[in-house]
Amino acid sequence: MPGSGSRSGVSYDARGLVEPHAEMPDNIEVDGHRGRFDAADLTIRQINMALRQLIYNDGITDVTVLNPSSKHSLAVGILKRCRIHFEGSPGWFACGLIDGPEVTINGRVGWSVAENMMSGVVTIERGAGSLTGAAIRGGDLIVKGDAGARTGIDQKGGTIIVTGDVGINTGFMMQRGRQIICGNAGMNLGDSMYDGSIYVAGKVRSLGVDCVPGEWDDADTELIERKFRIHGLGDPPEFQKFVCGKQLHNYDALEPSERKLVIH
Amino acid sequence: MCGIAGVIHRDGTADIGAELTAMLQSMKHRGPDSTGYAVYGPADDLVVIRFVLAEPNKSTGFGMEERLERNRAEVESRLAKIGAEVATVTSDTGYAFRATIRYGGDLKALADYLEDVPGCEVLSLGSSLEIIKDLGDAQTVSGQYNLGSFQGTHGIGHVRMATESEVDLASAHPYWAYPFADVAVVHNGQLTNYHQWRRRLEQHGHRFQSECDSEIIAVYLAEYMARGLSLETAMKHSLDDLDGVFTYVCVTGNELGIAKDEMAAKPLVLFESDPLVAVATEEVAIRAVVKREVETRDPYEREVLVWQV
Repeated sequence: MPGSGSRSGVSYDARGLVEPHAEMPDNIEVDGHRGRFDAADLTIRQINMALRQLIYNDGITDVTVLNPSSKHSLAVGILKRCRIHFEGSPGWFACGLIDGPEVTINGRVGWSVAENMMSGVVTIERGAGSLTGAAIRGGDLIVKGDAGARTGIDQKGGTIIVTGDVGINTGFMMQRGRQIICGNAGMNLGDSMYDGSIYVAGKVRSLGVDCVPGEWDDADTELIERKFRIHGLGDPPEFQKFVCGKQLHNYDALEPSERKLVIH
Repeated sequence: MCGIAGVIHRDGTADIGAELTAMLQSMKHRGPDSTGYAVYGPADDLVVIRFVLAEPNKSTGFGMEERLERNRAEVESRLAKIGAEVATVTSDTGYAFRATIRYGGDLKALADYLEDVPGCEVLSLGSSLEIIKDLGDAQTVSGQYNLGSFQGTHGIGHVRMATESEVDLASAHPYWAYPFADVAVVHNGQLTNYHQWRRRLEQHGHRFQSECDSEIIAVYLAEYMARGLSLETAMKHSLDDLDGVFTYVCVTGNELGIAKDEMAAKPLVLFESDPLVAVATEEVAIRAVVKREVETRDPYEREVLVWQV
């Protein structure tokens, strides 16, 4: 095999493509519609190959991955309704670009979990790193702990719930969707946000440019109570609401296609 | 994009050479160009010097072997002339050397005198600090310098992806805080007021081995500590004085500290227990030394933390 090996068994071809000859792992256990395998000694490509084989080809709807060992880019691009359970902590970019799966992570995740998620639910039982839920379009992302800087940056839809604190620049350039922060928020909350709502129960270190306190209405109460009920988060605390002040740019409430119709 | 790592054992010595190698190798994807270590073995009354006499990719060729031998002899001669008693001089590579000496004089004068030898660059000086860096990944460098058996209390490491300078030793981390003994830094990020601080520190008589912004941090911190500030206070000052995006790890003879800039733009994950603290750019590196599910966290913006041996 060309390229250099390493302790983890990862190899590269002449173009730098990682694991060009990865083999399907042989430790997958299947029981009816459930599948399960230990990822401790598997490479990233092997883990993702196994997930895809089970979900797309074998009709398995419920997969448990043991010992993800902080490996990156696991369960990325799964576009089918199914259940995936990680027993342990994945690394960076876990569950990116997914559309449909219901993922539970009994551990912590690194940067950029669920980036660009279209739909589905990702529940993390412990903390998450920076860029949590970056650019998500839909679905629910629940972090039962703290999340890092730039949580929900460029968010375009969906709901992010963090039961702990979030770091600097949370909600930066947020365009739609909801963020429900049960702890404190770092500096520059909602900086340059276009739209959407951010709810914070704790202290906000500072608001970003054009992020202002919003008016609370019954729909906010209904949303928060519903989300807490669905995800078994107990009684919600009291939140402050923050929205875009719409002073930074000139907005309308139209989709680009609608705007085109009005203009022309 | 580079990877940094650090470990500190608060209950005695451990296999920190092997631990750092495992951590750095797991982050090879962040930087395969060069790997460096700053490790602290048991301190004694000897001063340890790590120095090189040539860049690795320029250490062979016509007459090079004789030149390296001649320059090595010149280094030993100068050590004797400046009043140092040489205990040992060894080399794993032919161009990188480790010397132990008995010396009670001025370290700056010693470093300057040695660096006047053609091709000589002092990588580290101190009672327990040893900086080892070379081209290639962690396994390659560890094997080359036999780091797998290195015992010590704490250390830091760096894997480098060369983005703004050459693939060479001068640009490889960690950086020793010339001329302050036993202080070293690894850094992931970019300082945007590098030239401003370089000029200021040069006006205070410091010189720099490289054009790398990371070297500024080491000298900056050591300068403040020499004025009587603690490592933690010096690191807190750095958050106001240094512009840019950065996460860095600084080590002294008995401490390891981390600092994150106010944008928190560069990653760092922290595992802390009573006997062991491990930090790394990615959690996968922490798993390389703590092979079980543990509580880890990302330090927040403007967070400075220091642990002692």
